[in-house]
Amino acid sequence: MRINDVILQTTAKVISFIILTFGIYIFFAGHHIPGGGFIGGLITTSALVLLYVAFDMETMNKVIPIDFKKMTALGLLIAVSTGLGALLFDQPFLTHTFGYFDLPILGEAELATAVLFDIGVFLTVTGVAVTIILTIGEDEKWK
Amino acid sequence: MSLLHVVILAPFLAAIIVPFLYKLARPVHTGWFVLILPILLFVYLIQYLPEVSGGQTIIKEQPWIPSLGINFTVYVDGLGLLFALLITGIGALVVLYSIYYLSKKTEALHNFYVYLLLFMGAMLGVVLSDNLIVLYTFWELTSLSSFFLIAYWYHREKSLYGALKSMLITVFGGFAMLAGVVLLFAMGGTFSIRELIGQADMLASHTLFIPAMLLILLGAFTKSAQFPFHIWLPDAMEAPTPVSAYLHSATMVKAGIYLVARLSPVFAGQAEWFWLVSGFGILTLFWGSFNAVKQTDLKAILAFSTVSQLGMIMSLLGLGSASVHFGYATEAQAYTVATLAAIFHLINHATFKGSLFMVVGIVDHETGTRDIRRLGGLMTVMPITFTIAIIGSLSMAGLPPFNGFLSKEMFFTAVLNARELGLFNMQTWGALFPFVAWIGSVFTFVYSMILLFKPFTGQYKPEQLDKTPHEAPLGMLISPVILVSLVIIFGFFPNLLSYTILEPAMASILPGLLEPGQQFLVHIAFWHGWTTELFMTIGVIVLGSLLYLSLKKWQGIYDLFPHRLSFNHLYDQGLISMERLSARVTNAHMTGSIRDYLIYILAFFIIVLGSAIFLLEGYAFQFEDSGAIAAHEVILAVVMVIAAIAVAVTESRLTAIIAAGVVGYAVALFFVIFRAPDLALTQLVIETVSVALFLLCFYHLPKLKLKPKKTGFKVTNFIISLGVGTIITLIALSAHSTRLFAPISEYFVEASYDEAGGKNMVNVILVDFRGYDTMFEILVLGIASLGVYALIKLRLNRRENYENQ
Repeated sequence: MRINDVILQTTAKVISFIILTFGIYIFFAGHHIPGGGFIGGLITTSALVLLYVAFDMETMNKVIPIDFKKMTALGLLIAVSTGLGALLFDQPFLTHTFGYFDLPILGEAELATAVLFDIGVFLTVTGVAVTIILTIGEDEKWK
Repeated sequence: MSLLHVVILAPFLAAIIVPFLYKLARPVHTGWFVLILPILLFVYLIQYLPEVSGGQTIIKEQPWIPSLGINFTVYVDGLGLLFALLITGIGALVVLYSIYYLSKKTEALHNFYVYLLLFMGAMLGVVLSDNLIVLYTFWELTSLSSFFLIAYWYHREKSLYGALKSMLITVFGGFAMLAGVVLLFAMGGTFSIRELIGQADMLASHTLFIPAMLLILLGAFTKSAQFPFHIWLPDAMEAPTPVSAYLHSATMVKAGIYLVARLSPVFAGQAEWFWLVSGFGILTLFWGSFNAVKQTDLKAILAFSTVSQLGMIMSLLGLGSASVHFGYATEAQAYTVATLAAIFHLINHATFKGSLFMVVGIVDHETGTRDIRRLGGLMTVMPITFTIAIIGSLSMAGLPPFNGFLSKEMFFTAVLNARELGLFNMQTWGALFPFVAWIGSVFTFVYSMILLFKPFTGQYKPEQLDKTPHEAPLGMLISPVILVSLVIIFGFFPNLLSYTILEPAMASILPGLLEPGQQFLVHIAFWHGWTTELFMTIGVIVLGSLLYLSLKKWQGIYDLFPHRLSFNHLYDQGLISMERLSARVTNAHMTGSIRDYLIYILAFFIIVLGSAIFLLEGYAFQFEDSGAIAAHEVILAVVMVIAAIAVAVTESRLTAIIAAGVVGYAVALFFVIFRAPDLALTQLVIETVSVALFLLCFYHLPKLKLKPKKTGFKVTNFIISLGVGTIITLIALSAHSTRLFAPISEYFVEASYDEAGGKNMVNVILVDFRGYDTMFEILVLGIASLGVYALIKLRLNRRENYENQ
């Protein structure tokens, strides 16, 4: 049915990877410059949605065999666990900390537990957005 | 946390483990695992008996919400311990019985035992809590678990009806009780029962005293199935028989009695309390026993019998409260006998009624029916069951030498003494008490005989039974045999209980009557000489036998009472009309059109915020510190306005989507101009994703209807949109112009790097300073996505099914 998808598919392959990279960059950059888990998640979502629009559902399910509902759950689990982690150090729930470390390749870098929490946000946002869009998208064949 | 807290929480913890045990150890009946717990708890609790008998009480505190005065305080005294022993003791017997009653092959045992354990823990919580809020919480949990247990066979319509009825009535009473508790708090400033008792004199003169009393009693009466709230109990008999024996005769329905007894020190001595408790009690006694006679279902007979016995205990507590009036005087002795009888009968009732329920369960289990018109002649088939039934029913009928006789005699003594009470207008109405009590006892005798003779004697009718009856398996007989043994033991040696548990429980109900170190005189004996009570009992037997033998001749009087006036009819009609009303209200505003819902939301928004702004004069306009408006900002604003108007007036959906997108991107540009890169970035991505979503939805949406709409409709929309715009502008300007305190943004600018090590303030706030908010936001997002998924998938499945047909 989709004959003229060649152009879309070719560009989508390239662009979506640029967007994905950008999304991950934005996520990690979030600690110091604009960005963060929420935006990063949304950008990743847009890349994924572009792929889903360009290719059909069956192909995509083979390429990315991820259940995005589980991704949401995983994200929530990570977010809550980082909060609970603070309890192990006898700190109030969701207390974060950070430190500066000398890493092998990167040199001196800052590591913060807040980033772990942000990973949870990132996964949840991506999972939620893709789940909603895919669910509504799948629905159309019954129309 | 002390071990006593663990006692209350242990059933809840066990309830978590039970489903796994059921899954992992299918060949073993889950009941065997569950059985361990009540036995352990019983053994543990009984160790407190010597201490409590010695007049001591045990208090263990565990703060819960101390700022609100809510502490999980466990308080063990005579009354609490008596109930706790009943709960765990009868609980163990019932679990044992249920192992044989419920087949491990066909029944959902994990559900059953989870609910049962839930109930056990909740009930222990009710009777061992000193804090009224904690007590209330457990109280409602018992209603909830009772609901689940009645609806255990949920595919039966009658089970659901009975479960719903009991839930509605007991929870209604529970709410009333909560209000009463709050009133008590308002008066006494504490939720602790012990502290409230300490201020009883002050409370009694308070204006809220009577309302509090009425509300508390409403809770107690609904729970203990007192007239006219008794209607839920017969319908609750749809539950499996072990449940009926446990919840609906031995423990849960006695929670109301417990509450009345527990709060007696606060309320007793008041005329209102005396009349309400004893009056409703004795009325329930009569009504329950009178109605039990006409039932044809064995369990229905027992249900009405329970109603009647609960009424008897309740009225005894009411009569006993009169003694408070006499203080330390010896006259009080004549009335404390009522309280003694109440506690004694409470124990006796648990023993004989528990065994009778189990007998009925056996009959039902072995024959497949509980209808006395189809049963008969089982005596020869089930000799052991018949023996148990004889002892149980004769004790219930109040015949010697069983324990029922002793408490029935004491009941007669109490009502006869009440006649001579020179208080509360008892001179005029008091004579009714012995009379109604006696009539009630006659009917009690009649239904006890029906219960005993109809199924077990007469003609054996195997052709009317679904199964070939035979004696129950040994395991099923253990529990009822233990209970009837107690009936006999307590009958012959009632003084085993006297100073071990009866006296301490009395001391908890009537603490004001004892000087330190003093004890109530408890003496229970069969023979008191040729007293009025004895003649009353003989009269009961004579008239009762006559009535039983001539049952067919006078049974017609039950048809005289019109069904339309019955409380069941009232309840059904009330429920139907309430459903109708709520359906009408719902249908009136739930039109199914999102436009209408938006109108409600926005109209509410305008009214609440608008009136708040104008009534509180919250608007303020200050433009001194505003920056200059640049030309490109004006252009951007004009573009937004045009695009927004275009969304509203366009006739093509695609144009509308694009125009809405224009508004969104323009907002993002504004964020850029005002140096909010995070917001701009988010807004841009959100717009992009929404456009993608719109594209997907595009297929589904119906064509924009071009039919001419009524002008009225448009005018409403216009007014509302105008209103929302005005309000938002007002709030935005006022928020900018009103500075009540210095902005906290400076704090975040500094703190985000120093304390959280991040240079991006927005993100640091999101993940660190306000991490809690973010956590719950993503939780909400996750739930919303599951909601969307479920809604659409469910609809798909339904359509699939439809197409397949």
